[in-house]
Amino acid sequence: MAKQYETVIGLEVHVELATKTKIFCGCSTAFGGAPNTHTCPVCTGMPGSLPVLNRQVVEYAMAVGLATNCQINQYCKFDRKNYFYPDNPQNYQISQLYLPICHDGGIEIETAAGKKTVGIHEIHMEEDAGKLIHDEWEDCSLVDYNRSGVPLIEIVSEPDMRSVEEVIAYLDKLRLIIQYLGASDCKLQEGSMRADVNLSVREVGTEKFGTRTEMKNLNSFKAIARAIEGERARQIELLEEGKPVIQETRRWDDNKEYSYPMRSKEDAHDYRYFPDPDLVPVWISDEWLQEVKDRQPELRTEKLIRYKEEFDIPDYDAGILTSSKQLADLFEETTAICGKPKKVSNWLMGETLRLLKEEGQEPEELSFSPEHLAKLIELTEAGTINQTVAKEVFEKIFYDDIDPERYVEEHGLKTVNDEGALRSTVERVIDENPQSVADYRGGKEKALGFLVGQTMKAMKGKANPGAVNKLLKELLG
Amino acid sequence: MQISEMTALEMGRSIKKREISVLEATKDCLERIRVMEPEINSFVTVDEEAALESAREIQKKIDDGSMTGPLAGVPAAVKDNICTEGLKTTCSSKILWNFVPTYSAEAVLNMKKNGAVILGKTNMDEFAMGSTTETSAFGATKNPWNTDHVPGGSSGGSCAAVAACETIYALGSDTGGSIRQPSSFCGVTGLKPTYGTVSRYGLIAYGSSLDQIGPIAKDVSDCAAVLEMIASHDAKDSTSILRTDLDFTSALVDDVKGLRIGIPKDYFGEGLDEEVKQGVLKVADVLRSKGAEVELFDLSLVEYAIPAYYVIASAEASSNLARFDGVKYGYRAEEYEGLHNMYKKSRSEGFGEEVKRRIMLGSFVLSSGYYDAYYLKALRTKALIKQSFDRAFAKYDVILAPASPTTAPGLEESLSDPLKMYLGDIYTISVNLAGLPGITVPCCRDLAGLPIGVQIIGDCFQEKKIIRAAYAYEQARGPWQAPDCRMKQDPENCPAKEQPGATTQKGVE
Amino acid sequence: MANIISDETIEYVGILAKLELSEEEKEQAKKDIGRMLDYIDKLNELDTSGVEPLSHVFPVNNVFREDVVTNTDTRLAILANAPAQKDGSFKVPKTVE
Repeated sequence: MAKQYETVIGLEVHVELATKTKIFCGCSTAFGGAPNTHTCPVCTGMPGSLPVLNRQVVEYAMAVGLATNCQINQYCKFDRKNYFYPDNPQNYQISQLYLPICHDGGIEIETAAGKKTVGIHEIHMEEDAGKLIHDEWEDCSLVDYNRSGVPLIEIVSEPDMRSVEEVIAYLDKLRLIIQYLGASDCKLQEGSMRADVNLSVREVGTEKFGTRTEMKNLNSFKAIARAIEGERARQIELLEEGKPVIQETRRWDDNKEYSYPMRSKEDAHDYRYFPDPDLVPVWISDEWLQEVKDRQPELRTEKLIRYKEEFDIPDYDAGILTSSKQLADLFEETTAICGKPKKVSNWLMGETLRLLKEEGQEPEELSFSPEHLAKLIELTEAGTINQTVAKEVFEKIFYDDIDPERYVEEHGLKTVNDEGALRSTVERVIDENPQSVADYRGGKEKALGFLVGQTMKAMKGKANPGAVNKLLKELLG
Repeated sequence: MQISEMTALEMGRSIKKREISVLEATKDCLERIRVMEPEINSFVTVDEEAALESAREIQKKIDDGSMTGPLAGVPAAVKDNICTEGLKTTCSSKILWNFVPTYSAEAVLNMKKNGAVILGKTNMDEFAMGSTTETSAFGATKNPWNTDHVPGGSSGGSCAAVAACETIYALGSDTGGSIRQPSSFCGVTGLKPTYGTVSRYGLIAYGSSLDQIGPIAKDVSDCAAVLEMIASHDAKDSTSILRTDLDFTSALVDDVKGLRIGIPKDYFGEGLDEEVKQGVLKVADVLRSKGAEVELFDLSLVEYAIPAYYVIASAEASSNLARFDGVKYGYRAEEYEGLHNMYKKSRSEGFGEEVKRRIMLGSFVLSSGYYDAYYLKALRTKALIKQSFDRAFAKYDVILAPASPTTAPGLEESLSDPLKMYLGDIYTISVNLAGLPGITVPCCRDLAGLPIGVQIIGDCFQEKKIIRAAYAYEQARGPWQAPDCRMKQDPENCPAKEQPGATTQKGVE
Repeated sequence: MANIISDETIEYVGILAKLELSEEEKEQAKKDIGRMLDYIDKLNELDTSGVEPLSHVFPVNNVFREDVVTNTDTRLAILANAPAQKDGSFKVPKTVE
């Protein structure tokens, strides 16, 4: 019988923090500047320059640690990780090894297989590297230090995951927590969230872990899933052939669906960590810790419970609304204005998600204001506009965040509630469509729909369809 | 007196009184540099044009009353590991042979704000690693008292330039004695402040936890005035300390009555030159006669300071000097194959022997499996050394010690045996490990005519005590004559015997 | 000499420190490092058990910057000393094979 293998997975997740400036200097972290325009002597490793820690980085790291049930090291330090590479201007990265800010936490995940807790070994603060661009025309690479020194936290999990589903569930959960905290936007594609996968396989039933490899360069959930499957297969093949798995770092090539060893003999993997003498320790007092705790926003689990109690909306809806911080915020803010949670939920769950899907966008990209959605709901509720017009106006809100009241006014979209005008239009439609009238009278119910449509068209959509229906029936006897 | 022989404070006053102009002062120094440099080689870069231009500007500001500091208009030199915007800063290394910083060190900004005319950049041991200023990629600096001898190091260029009156004062840096030892060898006064007193921003790091910038000048008063000018709390340096007692010149008081002075017995054992020993003990006598209480005591752990220092400084250096890789600035090898070969060739060709030696030692002691045994052990030793100083300063206000076991060795005598050279730092190194302030004041000369300096060490933040003790001694000693630079040609003309304090005295112990 | 530095160690240190030594330099380095380590081993005479390693001489903590952008675009200055540059970036030998 063929051997059964279990995959053992741990993740190292790097998250770029949403600070305005870099971790050790006053350079902007904004995306998209021309190469080296967001740099200074500190983040380009100029001789004599010195780092000074951004307080906000410590606060974000603490917030993430608290939200993932970690212990906070109230006395923590920065260490230098020494290795040569051109994206690393000092040829050492300032990171934390000996006393990281958070340790021993964990989060609960849920998959088809059930609920489980994935342990978090530690969270540490560090600086990001610059970007290397491989020149197309010349045999050289170009170094851009705009990203050099952007603050990161690295969240190191325990080897607690056993499948792709668990990995994705863990990443999703982590992403949501961090987005809720506002500590990062966590976009995999843009690299503000990156995951390295540590993977080993072992025969089912064995206690001892196999030799693990570390895979880098995974920039989408799909790539992560493929890399896990690919590496699992590679390692099993080696074991089946009686060959050893070598502990190494491998680079995943998503096009070739294969991983390649990353380091040459020039990399000794010996980082010679030691405390950075240029930075002083961070001492987090009980008061400071309490302040950050008090400031922690409500996270998803708490929101779910509150939504059910406070707004009486179904579990499923609450689940969707809280699946993104942006969506939940929109929901709460709009509800606070118009006081109609169910209507707000319907607009977000229905039209909003439909348009997002159509545009291939994430809820984080929503940009309309809660005031405008609330006004739209009020207009509909008051019967000022009908449902068809409302949908049309909503699209305008979704794309351009227009003021619905003004828009309806300017475009003459108000429902006509003038009985006389409606009656004369209906009479005219009856006169102009003798065939349909005959069909309806002959028992064809569908013909009535056509007549309603014609009336709505004549009224430029501003009539209340219910009223039209009723009047037609009345006049056609 | 020639203008360039004035002290900084004298010159500042003279400029204020319109007796001399800033331009005259600057031109006189530049002229002196022209005459002396072929013999002494204390400068890596002299920027005449910039110096003359800034002299004119500063004169205007003095004239219109917008610049009033006591050192406004006084020419100065800066050690070549301290960044100066627009002025080449090489660390006396080939790897930075063409590096022109686009920013100035905080200490330099403080100098400029107070009207310093910067003449140029002084020679040093490459990356401040050495005790002789012979490891410079731009040639050794010679001792102005006798050009067959080294000026000491690593701030040998700054000390020689002050001694030879090429500059009125200079900035140096001190990681293991690099201000105090060459000051002793060159017969000038040099002060290493408490760690964190002068911003390290812009100082090209050697051993970050030990490095401090400090003044080198002709006397104690100048040192106090220069330190007062360059010391500041700097938000750009996380290890910079906020102090409210930076009025160092207020300590220039000729009064040591009741001052408790400790002399570490363990500094006076084997290896200490008899003439140096007698010179230092004579200083103790002078201070005692002025009312100080002098006592011998056991400092302990003296022999462990050097090994601990070489582990810590080399480890930090191996990391600090990693940034010199041919990518962002400085030297890149001309021929290479691929990235790693470019790194290796640029660094191997760009760094000198001593620097490579320390980078390798530092990389080794931090490498996997050795960190605890070497690095942590050294940091624990450092803690013990700090404690032994704490105990000493519970009993004494200041500690009196030699600055070096000998006077300046001859050229090329030291480099052949690095370990022996390292041992020469025995009296200065522990001060850096404990972050303490120390000052060297010339006290006398040996029979060969070479200067001997005495070191006065204070507790953390007690610069004023060492300044007061040094000033009081200096008053008793009397004026210190500048070296007669014809000495080498005419050794018979050596003025040693006329020098006050030059005679040795026995039987102090 | 109590500490014998092997060829492999010197080779390894060369990789860590990115230094390429000639045969002659290697022999000298082996000797120098060995001697230095012998000397450093003197520290083992000291009983340091229970002593906390002292990184910073002063117990200063929490030196921070506020999260405010203070730097402007100084690309020209940053690139001014580059041995090789192209398109506003530092130019290096190709980093991937």
